[in-house]
Amino acid sequence: MTLKEIALKNMIRRKGKAAFILAGLIIGVTTVVAVISMVEAMTSDINAKLEKYGANILVVPKTENLSLTYGGLSLGGVSFEMEEIKEKDLEQISSIKYARNVAAVGPLVLGVINVNAHRVLLAGVDFEAAGILKPWWRINGTQPAENSVLLGAETARVMELDIGGTIEIKGRRLQVSGVLEPTGSQDDQLVFVRLATAQSLLDKPGRISMAEVAALCTACPIEEMVKQISQALPGAKVMAIQQVVKGRMETLSQFKKLSYGVSAVVVLIGSLVVLVTMMGSVRERTQEIGIFRAIGFRKKHVMWIVFIEAGIVSGLAGIIGYLLGFVGTKIALRFFTESQTIAVPLNLELAGGAFLLAVLVGLAASIYPALMAARLDPNVALRAL
Amino acid sequence: MSYIVAENLCKHYGNGNGVVAAISEISFQIKSGEFVGIMGESGAGKSTLLAIMGAMNAPTVGSLTVDEIDVYGLRPEQRADFRREFLGFVFQSFHLIPYLTVVENVMLPLTTVKAPRQDKQAKAREALSQVGLLDKSHRLPSQISGGEKERVAIARAIVNEPPILLADEPTGNLDTKTTGEVMQLLQGLNAGGTTIIMVTHSHECAGYARRILQVSDGKLVEKG
Repeated sequence: MTLKEIALKNMIRRKGKAAFILAGLIIGVTTVVAVISMVEAMTSDINAKLEKYGANILVVPKTENLSLTYGGLSLGGVSFEMEEIKEKDLEQISSIKYARNVAAVGPLVLGVINVNAHRVLLAGVDFEAAGILKPWWRINGTQPAENSVLLGAETARVMELDIGGTIEIKGRRLQVSGVLEPTGSQDDQLVFVRLATAQSLLDKPGRISMAEVAALCTACPIEEMVKQISQALPGAKVMAIQQVVKGRMETLSQFKKLSYGVSAVVVLIGSLVVLVTMMGSVRERTQEIGIFRAIGFRKKHVMWIVFIEAGIVSGLAGIIGYLLGFVGTKIALRFFTESQTIAVPLNLELAGGAFLLAVLVGLAASIYPALMAARLDPNVALRAL
Repeated sequence: MSYIVAENLCKHYGNGNGVVAAISEISFQIKSGEFVGIMGESGAGKSTLLAIMGAMNAPTVGSLTVDEIDVYGLRPEQRADFRREFLGFVFQSFHLIPYLTVVENVMLPLTTVKAPRQDKQAKAREALSQVGLLDKSHRLPSQISGGEKERVAIARAIVNEPPILLADEPTGNLDTKTTGEVMQLLQGLNAGGTTIIMVTHSHECAGYARRILQVSDGKLVEKG
């Protein structure tokens, strides 16, 4: 006969009580696992979507001048005649440690041109990369070929041009193949051509003015990627677009706070269920504990019996709770999200955490009942006999 | 030399004007191997006296010495060890643990003793053999009769071979025939050297004791 056997046999005898504690803890653990899994899965999904939503790192030439533009309003003196980056240097980005996290690199060459008596900014872009970097672009018409241009909405309006029209840049006639729908950004006021066309028109062969990088930063800090790209491109200034990064981080942070808050409440309720049920169980067993004490059980032996019971039920609740939470998350995500691609992988860390959480909550909630049992005066119990 | 020495035992409950003396100024000595009966009417203080002798109820005044150990000079946890090593309890209502089998109930006092499982089982089987219940060792308490339950309770009380056995109305719930069997069992244990202190109402049972302590209104009125 061991204390463990006494605890086990008592649990088997009092199946209802054990089942109640088990159910309370399972609900708690399942909820915690489901909430955390769902938030993680949704966060991961949101993050993946956010990462596709434009560039979050800028690569610009190093300059000693301060920008004199704010909110799209030029205060004069801004020159684009600064030192450019060599287009070929951008290949170095593919050699950084986190290269697999680079979704797209969009080189951009900029220059001021005169079109129909208007001074306008010409932008040479890689339209393939632009598809990733600017997924919000909606083009009326088609992307420009070698001898055609894409106009920003405002440019088309001011110049009174539309698809099929032509413009002349430095003596070269280019057809308007498409017009961007308004984006609300600076893109509305640009004339876009292919990178090579712009380099040729601006007489900047093999050079670019800046590059936009879309980095997938779920598994890496953006600061680390900025550092690595800076090392790969020593002549360039690399910076994270803080608004994008911070926005993402805040979204994640709020999701996590919510999940931890909900989890804490559920765990608290679960621990109260254990506490109340264990106290009831101890009261029910006053005589039994009295006999244990009368025949020489020390206080610690009585406490051990309570803790063994709580530990076994809690551990079981941890395992069942994780599995139910895992399955529940898979089912719930089908109903709560439109995305069918959200993955919920078996998370061993979460499984271990759920097990430990259940056992810790079970044991912590059993401390008071165990002390209550241990402090039971054997004489009082004997009188109850 | 006396094995058990009770000196001036008093137990008061309550405080102020509401103080009730359960027992007052009780002193006696019991030699090793004695069979002592404690008799008295209901409320006379017999059970309080037994609880004090069972190291479970500290007297308000007085001392209890067993084998030269000042029982109430021990810390509570040391008293638990004392109960395990020196005392065996037989309760009127048996008080077996209902979810443990007969042999498991008997093994209970050995649970906290560091010894191989086989040794504990052998001791439990030996104790069951002494009370004639070896063949029912795997039954639950609900599957045996009242007399058998009492015998299991005796087996549990003697399994760790305590020098003293305290019995509180051990035959209170038994018929005449079974009472005789249980008392013979206690007598046999006493013959083997166990000191027995038994609280009883029954003159028939008291007849098995070699000495009677008569308690009335919390006082020892006669040392037989």
